[in-house]
Amino acid sequence: MANKPGLNQRIDEPTGTQTVGHQWDGIEELDTPMPRWWLWLFYLTILFSIGYVIAYPAWPLLSKGTEGVLGWTSRGQLANELRVADDGRAEFRNQLAMIPIERLPENSQLMQQAVAGGRAAFLVNCVQCHGSGAAGSPGYPNLNDDDWLWGGDLKAIEYTLTHGIRQPGHEQTRMSQMPAFAGALDDGQMNALIDHVLSLSGKGKPNAAGAQFYADNCVACHGPAGEGDRAQGAPRLNDAIWLRGSSREALREQILQPRMGMMPMWQGRLDPVTIKMLAAYVHSLGGGEDFVEVAENPAVQVDEQP
Amino acid sequence: MESTLGRVGLWFGLLIVAVLAVAAAKDTGFAIHMAIVGAAAFILLWVTAGNYNPLARAQSIFHMPEGPSRYDDDPVRWGVLATMFWGIAGFLAGLFIALQLAFPQLNFEPYFNFGRVRPLHTSAVIFAFGGNALIATSFYVVQRTCRTQLAFPALARFVFWGYQLFIVLAATGYLLGITQSKEYAEPEWYVDLWLTIVWVAYAVVFIGTIVRRHEPHIYVANWFYLAFIVTIAMLHIVNNLAMPVSLLGAKSYSAFSGVQDALTQWWYGHNAVGFFLTAGFLAMMYYFVPKQAERPVYSYRLSIIHFWSLIFLYIWAGPHHLHYTALPDWAQTLGMVFSVMLWMPSWGGMINGLMTLNGAWDKIRTDPIIRMMVMALAFYGMSTFEGPMLSIKFVNSLSHYTDWTIGHVHSGALGWNGMITFAAVYYLVPRLWNRERMYSLRMINWHFWLATIGIVFYASSMWVAGITQGLMWREYGADGYLVNSFVDTVAALHPMYLMRAFGGLLYLGGAGIMVYNMWQTLAGRLREEAPMRDAAYDPQADRPITTAVPAE
Repeated sequence: MANKPGLNQRIDEPTGTQTVGHQWDGIEELDTPMPRWWLWLFYLTILFSIGYVIAYPAWPLLSKGTEGVLGWTSRGQLANELRVADDGRAEFRNQLAMIPIERLPENSQLMQQAVAGGRAAFLVNCVQCHGSGAAGSPGYPNLNDDDWLWGGDLKAIEYTLTHGIRQPGHEQTRMSQMPAFAGALDDGQMNALIDHVLSLSGKGKPNAAGAQFYADNCVACHGPAGEGDRAQGAPRLNDAIWLRGSSREALREQILQPRMGMMPMWQGRLDPVTIKMLAAYVHSLGGGEDFVEVAENPAVQVDEQP
Repeated sequence: MESTLGRVGLWFGLLIVAVLAVAAAKDTGFAIHMAIVGAAAFILLWVTAGNYNPLARAQSIFHMPEGPSRYDDDPVRWGVLATMFWGIAGFLAGLFIALQLAFPQLNFEPYFNFGRVRPLHTSAVIFAFGGNALIATSFYVVQRTCRTQLAFPALARFVFWGYQLFIVLAATGYLLGITQSKEYAEPEWYVDLWLTIVWVAYAVVFIGTIVRRHEPHIYVANWFYLAFIVTIAMLHIVNNLAMPVSLLGAKSYSAFSGVQDALTQWWYGHNAVGFFLTAGFLAMMYYFVPKQAERPVYSYRLSIIHFWSLIFLYIWAGPHHLHYTALPDWAQTLGMVFSVMLWMPSWGGMINGLMTLNGAWDKIRTDPIIRMMVMALAFYGMSTFEGPMLSIKFVNSLSHYTDWTIGHVHSGALGWNGMITFAAVYYLVPRLWNRERMYSLRMINWHFWLATIGIVFYASSMWVAGITQGLMWREYGADGYLVNSFVDTVAALHPMYLMRAFGGLLYLGGAGIMVYNMWQTLAGRLREEAPMRDAAYDPQADRPITTAVPAE
């Protein structure tokens, strides 16, 4: 209709443009040509698209799509980026694989890189339980402090990471079990025992009956002064750190039906170099212990600070 | 008499079916939905029986048009009210989930957790607010631009009420946990079937009205409405092809699986944006902007070319939602290039809308409705530039899965769809209810500013959040290892989430003012206020003087 001059065509005064000549509910249309810049940009996007579909995989054919003259694939790009990243780290990983973990602190540059890599691996694999700042939460140990259940030197941490804690069906896993005392204690005995346990860290008054029960039942693992035993992962009771709470109620629950943590074994899920880096990172968080003294004589308590 | 009996029988039959379905339902959600259907049937039964009295008919909500000399505007009036009702509900749900993202404690299990309220928000604003606005305005516009009454008035009423039932079933379903887990297509099979019936009825009414038009040609707004109605029907049916586990249970399984399912879903999802939120709302724009500006449409030729190029290109752009996924590379490429080519066709609508103001630019100062339309077109232009840009794979590799996408969607939804709908409703209300003007034009101006500032807060905070998120996810340290964990990025975004919620609050506040303004207009009041105008202007004085005035 635009081409056929109609009776109703008129020149629109403010714009000086001719109308097309039709009206719908009072709405008219001007016969303005398409803006040139609009048209040229449209052509330009079409030209870009034609170029792009020649360069990149684009047209579906019978069995597969065209491959594009650049030979680009998204899988290829990913493989390439991964290879470049791996190449950049290859030397460092080789060095790290060669060095025994107890000698790692001697090479401060390697140690630094191991800590950085461990941090990245920690953010992916460990934060779910230990938290992004490694501060833990009730039942999940804080890794920033110097209170270690199974040992805090590089080698002990690496062992824990490799074999996990209480992993069923794995012989080398860290394993121990606290017996449940449900039914073994009446209320009075329980209160006495709780009093004694709390007194170990100065939180309560000493209780002779509780001390007796403790000496008969608990001392083998937790030690006469509540110093714990890392060989069995028995927590220290004479410090300020309580994994599952220090209230009387929390203690009662833990004595009646002990809950014991599990940690996955990372051997088989992560390669040994990554595990080594993780150990270095956890060790670096603040509570890492010097391994030498412990390695010479595991019975010696290096960690004297409560 | 006979037709009343027949209808009573029909509703009674539906009621019986619903009651049986409740009794035999395999899950609670399905039982509740069938109870809602039964309640609707019961109300209809009651109303139909009550309507047997021909005098009562006049007041009933099923009021039919009075004669061929008036437009049939009742469904439009209900539609405008429904638009505002669902709009407020949808904005409120949006504000709530924005606060949930900032304060996770607000997740009230199980009915009001984020996973259930989020589809409630998206469906309420897109399908309930936007859908009612589209149906109402299309019924208004098609009658006036065809100079004829709606074809099949009874069917038009069915479309309105049937669509409300769909909304209620969809919304309650989300809270009850009934979903087929397809974004923007969450309702289960029986709700989909119901919507199909309603939508076909809608198409019949709309096309029937065009067929019986008294104008020789079809106005451009109606092309866009037609494209919207036909394409949405196709998208809805194909994407929702599913097999119910039981005819008496809510659960169904999609006909597609794996990457085919993903592609079908995003072919649907992207074209819901293209044909629901773009084509449909462009139709509104093509009627209400020239009417409010009292100016001819800028270019007829541009409207033809941009209509056909938009329709042709949009339908292929869906795969850009699946960049760097299991979707084959060739399909990703096509999705990207079709999106890039879509840039200018989209802008054609913006140019045609803005340039229609040629010769009436002064109205931006004096007419708050024109102001809203201009802002809507500006946001339309901005988000239709942003869209093709985000579809480029290089950009997408940063932006995908981040809040940038959320910002992009909302600059379109709040800026374009919301603003143009508000403007159209402000245009319609005085005309539909026969009032001189809205209760207050200054309140429209307040609404305009609250909404605009709200969008600015929303969009800019989400841009910053999205880019921050994207950069943090890919940040490598000097040693070649990732620096941030996911939860680090969540913590970093908290201030942005607060700003987003604040923007949403402003937007909701503006809509609240609109509801009050409409309420007063419907009550027949006019606010006494200074007219919206400028300082005095004297064209005689506004010119240079030709002879210099000597200094004293």
